[in-house]
Amino acid sequence: MGATVAAPTVAAQDRASRGLWHDAARRLLRNRPALLGLGLVSLFVAAAVLAPVIAPYDPIEGALVDRLKPPSSEHWMGTDLQGRDEFTRILYGAQVSLQVGVVSVFLALVMGGTLGAIAGAAGGKVDATLMRVTDVLLSIPGILLAIGIVAWLGRGLPQIMLAVAVTNAPIFARILRGSLLSLRTADYVVAARSIGAPASRILLRHMLPNALTPLIVAATLALATAIIDVAGLGFLGLGPPDPRTAEWGTMLTDSTKFLRQAPHLLFFPGIMIVLTAIGFNLLGDGLRESLDPRLKR
Amino acid sequence: MARYIVRRLLMAIPVLFGLSVVLFAFVHLLPGDPARSILGQHATAASLARLRESLGLDRPLHEQYFLYLGDLFQGDLGSSLVNGRPVLQEFMLRFPATIELTLVALLFAVGLGIPLGRLAARYAQRWPDGLVTIISLLGISIPIFVLGLTLQFFFSVQLGWTPVSGRIDPRLGIDSVTNFMLIDTLIAGEPRAFVDAVLHLILPGIALGSIPLAIITRITRAAVLDVANEDYVRTARAKGLTERRVDNRHIMRNAWLPVTTVVGLQVGGLLAGAVITESVFAWNGVGRWVVDAIRNRDYFVIQSSILIFALVFLTVNLIVDILYAYLNPRIRYS
Repeated sequence: MGATVAAPTVAAQDRASRGLWHDAARRLLRNRPALLGLGLVSLFVAAAVLAPVIAPYDPIEGALVDRLKPPSSEHWMGTDLQGRDEFTRILYGAQVSLQVGVVSVFLALVMGGTLGAIAGAAGGKVDATLMRVTDVLLSIPGILLAIGIVAWLGRGLPQIMLAVAVTNAPIFARILRGSLLSLRTADYVVAARSIGAPASRILLRHMLPNALTPLIVAATLALATAIIDVAGLGFLGLGPPDPRTAEWGTMLTDSTKFLRQAPHLLFFPGIMIVLTAIGFNLLGDGLRESLDPRLKR
Repeated sequence: MARYIVRRLLMAIPVLFGLSVVLFAFVHLLPGDPARSILGQHATAASLARLRESLGLDRPLHEQYFLYLGDLFQGDLGSSLVNGRPVLQEFMLRFPATIELTLVALLFAVGLGIPLGRLAARYAQRWPDGLVTIISLLGISIPIFVLGLTLQFFFSVQLGWTPVSGRIDPRLGIDSVTNFMLIDTLIAGEPRAFVDAVLHLILPGIALGSIPLAIITRITRAAVLDVANEDYVRTARAKGLTERRVDNRHIMRNAWLPVTTVVGLQVGGLLAGAVITESVFAWNGVGRWVVDAIRNRDYFVIQSSILIFALVFLTVNLIVDILYAYLNPRIRYS
């Protein structure tokens, strides 16, 4: 290189990189769609966490005289067939979705991450075998696999979490394996290997931290699909075993019988599912752009 | 090319084999006894034992698996425990309904998605782009059942423009010949029935096509933008070609590749989506049949139908890969 590099100015130093996460957070906060997503996700989390505090009525007990009432000042989102307050049930439904969504995506990350890390780090026959296992799982349509697992293990929240996790795990495994494989020949990995670092240390300290970004993005986007899948299972009648539990998908199934008399039973849970999914999708896209600045739109 | 196809075919074998093991294990590890679920709670021990013997359920697991595999190779996919009909026959009866629905959804997604994606790319960072981005965001965020029910509410219940559910008005008395409703109504020479079948297809087609629409739109936009920044496009503009010619000859011809791949990959997603769409619209296809089988614990139907589903899924992916290799010489010759 012939040209000399000019000394950075004070302003440039201020803007200088302060590490991947700090830079990513700064970029994320400047991304308006991502902020909207973050806002929607925060609303959803707040609804779930604060449900017992802010819900005006009981989510399970209702007065039959109040059944199928349209939205009013007393019942903002109307009432359902059992006269229960729809707004209260929406808030409690957020609890179920959040709980199942987060746990199932976390489980999927652990299962898929482990598979992907072993495959990507080991390579060769181990990789080939594990990838055929993910091929098998990916060859079954996700929702069918989830329905099958719930049918197999019986209805219940832990079963639903596992079902949604198993459908996402092979995707995570693929992503992590892909990033790890591309890192195997990276200079710093080769350098670590050449100074005799043990394989486990190379994987955990050098490769994994650099392979995590796509996984974080995928996990955020998976939260959107997980919440949709949970509602889908509920809609197909495979939701929580106690029919009184407030779950958005199950609430939608109930609405189908009263589409004409009580359309609010369709709209409110539907809008909540859509807004939550939009929130996680926007946040996931925003994370992708901020974690990988090369991917500017 | 032939070597590539053979290699891809060989790769599908272990997947199918693994799948048969998984499904076999899945069905045989299901809690509950198939014999008891057929004969009911009050069956006697003797009748249960007899049925288990006739179904081969009393043999060791590995023997049962090899019997199952043997039957599979002879095209015998077993019979439904609920109505005794052969699984393959039942599948073939319902598959046309699913294909019909899937094709309409694909037509909707491609027919609208590609023009929308091109529009967004042409007006990148301006309002049409923003609008298209919002449409595609909605597309991937609205679950099929929410969209399906909402469409039903507005267009069937409120406006009465389309039928609520089903494939055709049963009063029209159309005979099933091919089980493709559009073809059967034409064979019957009933234009009114044909229109009715089309009306029945619109809402489920849109509901099922919404996610692929969003994905195809996004990919088309990205692919067009990607190519539009290439040097040869700038050269084409610089030598004075019309915008239309640059678009058709230089941009789209190269943008088709990623778009084709994504369109192909959507077919798998559509089959999965059909499971839910068919339940919303009481569509008598394969998806609804599998869901019912799982609910009724109809073991052999579950086992075989998921295997067929996966086979279709793998075949479609294989065709897409081959098509891609055919379209893209860089893959073909590598």
